[in-house]
Amino acid sequence: MAMIRKGLMISPELCLGCKSCQVACKQWNQLDGIKTINTGTYENPSDLSSTLYNRIKFVEVPSPEGDPRWLFVTQRCCHCHDAGCMKICPVPGALFRTKDDAVAFDKEKCNGCKLCFLGCPFSMPRFDEKGKISKCHLCHDRLNEGLTTACAKTCPSGAIKYGEREALIAEAKKAGYTTFFGLKDFGGLGDIYAFKDPWVVSFCFFPSPMNWGAICY
Amino acid sequence: MTNHWIDLKNADVVLVMGANPAENHPISMKWILRAKEKGGKLIVVDPRFTRTASKADIYAPMRSGTDIAFLGGMIRYILDNDLYFNDYVVNYTNAAFLVNPDFKDPGELDGIFSGYNEKARKYDKKTWAFQVDEKGLPKKDPTLKDPNCVFQLLKKHYSRYTIEKVSDVTGTPKEKLVEVYKTFGSTGKPDRAGTECYAMGWTQHTVGTQNIRAMCIIQLLLGNMGIAGGGINAMRGESNVQGSTDYGLLFHILPGYLPVPTASITDLKTYIEKLTPKTKDPKSVNWWGNRPKYITSYLKAIYGDNATKENDFGYSWLPKPDEGMNCSWLMLFDQMYKGKFEGFFAWGQNPACSGANAGKVRKALSKLKWMVNVNLFDSETGSFWHGPGIDPKDIQTEVFQLPACSSVEKEGSITNSSRLAQWRYKAIEPVGESRPDSEIMNELYFRVRNLYQKQDGKFSDPITKLTWDYEEKGLAGSTRKVDIHSVAKEINGYHLTDVFDKSTPPKQINKKGDLCASFVFLQTDGSTSCGNWIYSQSYNMKDGKPFNNMARRGKDDPTKLGLYSGWAWSWPVNRRIIYNRAAVDLQGNPWDPKRAVIKWVPPSPDPKDPAKTIAGKWVGDIPDGPAPPMADEKAGKYPFIMRADGMGAIFGPGLADGPFPEHYEPLECPVQENPMAGKHRINPTSKIFYSKEGGQVEDIFVSCDIRYPYVATTYRVTEHWQTGVLTRHLPWQLEMQPQQFVEISKELADEKNIMSGDKVIVSSARGEIWAIALVTGRIRPFKIMNSTVHQVGLPWCFGWQYPVDGSSGDSANLLTPTIGDANTMIPETKAFMVNIEKL
Repeated sequence: MAMIRKGLMISPELCLGCKSCQVACKQWNQLDGIKTINTGTYENPSDLSSTLYNRIKFVEVPSPEGDPRWLFVTQRCCHCHDAGCMKICPVPGALFRTKDDAVAFDKEKCNGCKLCFLGCPFSMPRFDEKGKISKCHLCHDRLNEGLTTACAKTCPSGAIKYGEREALIAEAKKAGYTTFFGLKDFGGLGDIYAFKDPWVVSFCFFPSPMNWGAICY
Repeated sequence: MTNHWIDLKNADVVLVMGANPAENHPISMKWILRAKEKGGKLIVVDPRFTRTASKADIYAPMRSGTDIAFLGGMIRYILDNDLYFNDYVVNYTNAAFLVNPDFKDPGELDGIFSGYNEKARKYDKKTWAFQVDEKGLPKKDPTLKDPNCVFQLLKKHYSRYTIEKVSDVTGTPKEKLVEVYKTFGSTGKPDRAGTECYAMGWTQHTVGTQNIRAMCIIQLLLGNMGIAGGGINAMRGESNVQGSTDYGLLFHILPGYLPVPTASITDLKTYIEKLTPKTKDPKSVNWWGNRPKYITSYLKAIYGDNATKENDFGYSWLPKPDEGMNCSWLMLFDQMYKGKFEGFFAWGQNPACSGANAGKVRKALSKLKWMVNVNLFDSETGSFWHGPGIDPKDIQTEVFQLPACSSVEKEGSITNSSRLAQWRYKAIEPVGESRPDSEIMNELYFRVRNLYQKQDGKFSDPITKLTWDYEEKGLAGSTRKVDIHSVAKEINGYHLTDVFDKSTPPKQINKKGDLCASFVFLQTDGSTSCGNWIYSQSYNMKDGKPFNNMARRGKDDPTKLGLYSGWAWSWPVNRRIIYNRAAVDLQGNPWDPKRAVIKWVPPSPDPKDPAKTIAGKWVGDIPDGPAPPMADEKAGKYPFIMRADGMGAIFGPGLADGPFPEHYEPLECPVQENPMAGKHRINPTSKIFYSKEGGQVEDIFVSCDIRYPYVATTYRVTEHWQTGVLTRHLPWQLEMQPQQFVEISKELADEKNIMSGDKVIVSSARGEIWAIALVTGRIRPFKIMNSTVHQVGLPWCFGWQYPVDGSSGDSANLLTPTIGDANTMIPETKAFMVNIEKL
């Protein structure tokens, strides 16, 4: 049976920065809360970690019209189809494809070599105190039970939608989204970012302007 | 809310002012974003660029406390540019009413209306009255040309609110003002709808009530009340705040917004005579004319068989404050501070952090003999006796901590901002020793009652005559549990006698013990009971058995407007949009057929029997009363049924501080004089707690003072809940928003050499706290009367008690002043003056 690829459609322009996805993720994965400080921003914690698989980046940018702009972008593993982490990982089964084509991990098998970090174009993998990989695994344990991802389930504004990848893309195009990141990049990402205003794209966390040619059309 | 959450999607323009839905009501943004998807515009007016503003089509910055200037400018713009909805204004509002010719405006009287008594800080409202004809009905000029008509007075009043003046006062750039006015003003057309969302950003001011009144005027001018996608929508800050207000949480109202009687009203007859609104106009429904039924049924609900016709249904047992006595939050804590209280129940609240001028509140708590703290966790209130700067040895207060269980550990109803009462269920048993509030109250009741019975306390009747039978009583005559369904049924109300119709022979319609079908069936003779008339119909008889309408989960939406009338139940009588008779023209046709909330189907000949006619009826939402539309000569009714004259009040002579909203500066502000009208800087009718001649030093305030040069405001953040008692204890929440911060502009940061992330001291005349500086381009300095004025903002979700290492800081309310709105006494925490220094 041909695999139907599933994934997330992420629309930063709809994101309210409420961080409920951050909490829902921690709750489902039972990740500890950590002690943080305010460093002069709403964004917290300041980085992904073994206790944080998904976080909202708060990006304050000047705008051509003079009014400030405030963008909220979820940062997490993008589930590349052509996944550098999997290619570089020396241990069979430490990183594996879920039936929905996401990249998940097995801490039992991970040897803690951290090569996956080097292989990741987005620098997403983080490591726990034993050096084992920790990252978004597209809630494969939920999806296997017929549920949706914890982040998509909790998102109040529809900024994170879970579904069949092709259907999500078609739906987004119909809804007037013109600029995408992740349609073809790295073999096509599992998490696709959609924009109506191409101008805001450059303020997201995506790797390098090199890729723009591939992503904008 | 006059409308409801889902209805936000029907708006062409959503004005968010005095609120921050993306951060404090995130789910509501789903519907606002739906409105935007369909081409609707979102306008956000706020001193700082918020998460809501990030989604706005138009963002307009405005100095804290200048909303009336901003809205007054909009009223002027609407009138000058003929953007108002003439048919609506003439027929459905009091715009045509003639006012006493002696009425004078603040433009004529140096900032006050006629009738002001400076010493009493009160108005004699004689000159604010409407002129009446020989029948006692208000005189009207439907051409709106009479110089004494409300419409002309409105024009005159706001003639001072020019774009230039408003920009000078608010600091909003002129072109932004015009953009906002033009966009919102576009909803004055019958086929356009504009809605407004507000919250504490409007209410917590000395002019809080008038902020909302100003918007009411705008919505009436534009014909936006009663329609889908319109209305004035108070976004409630707690999931059940609407419910608690409905049930008489406030000191001046009994359940169902019945006025609390004062000591001078000694019997029920006088209560009814004095407090029941009257009208001589046959076309006015004057629904509050039913008040006698509601108060009598209420007394029957709480005193049961003990309430008889002979004893005035137990009216004398109701608590009655003295004439002119004010028992609002500020007054309670003022009295507590003065040592007038022995004990205090802090039930589900944290006044040591949530109360304005929290330093005074903390001192007030120390004057108590005992305090009971009922909450899920300990708090700054429960632990006040070992708080910062307090030596426990000096405190004599005995504190009792009672653990309450959370909402998921008990069953019951919850009423959201949409007036929607939804039933919810217990998911798990209460954790540890915690118990539902109802059980704690239950035990408290029986213990207090037993003490009264044993010790024969003074005036014991209000306790001993109360009905309290929510469970089968045990041998001791008390119960441990409370059947919450039995409470819900008592609220809905019962028939206490068999009911027959008027046919011969009479047919029985209801039997004794049946739940009332709705408040329409309530009586003045004691034959019905009802704990809260607006909730009558929430629990009905269906096929002879009690049926909980609040537990309904129907998903049909025949109007496609998102009314979902089969989902749970909303007061009154499941009406989803109130004042919906104003959504149709005089013949009952919707102003906008595409958004038909209700529609009149006129009488028509019966096709089966041409001799008969099928009666006319309304379709759609539950209409504001079944009467035919206003054009019907005999039976037609005015749309605003809760008002004695049936009209939307553009002129509102009932308020303490004026029939039209006038701009007054906050108690603490950056300008010497009121730029709108000289002499009266602040609301002339607000109670002043402190003056140079007298008052307590805790209530001190300073205005236009070089020591406190920056305008400050307070707010909530998405990551925490109110004072944070429930969320600071959750590590996942705390890691996202760990510390007290203060948002300041880049310009102010440069001036004070402050970097983002620096620790700073924020101080006011009353106290100081540390905070992390959050330097941002989202706040910008204002140009006010040619001077640069800096605005800063702080959240109030932190406190010293948790986290225990004190790493979160302390409450921003240590800075806020003691002063309240002239009508409601809600504290002014949204505009005050501070200083900031790098630590």
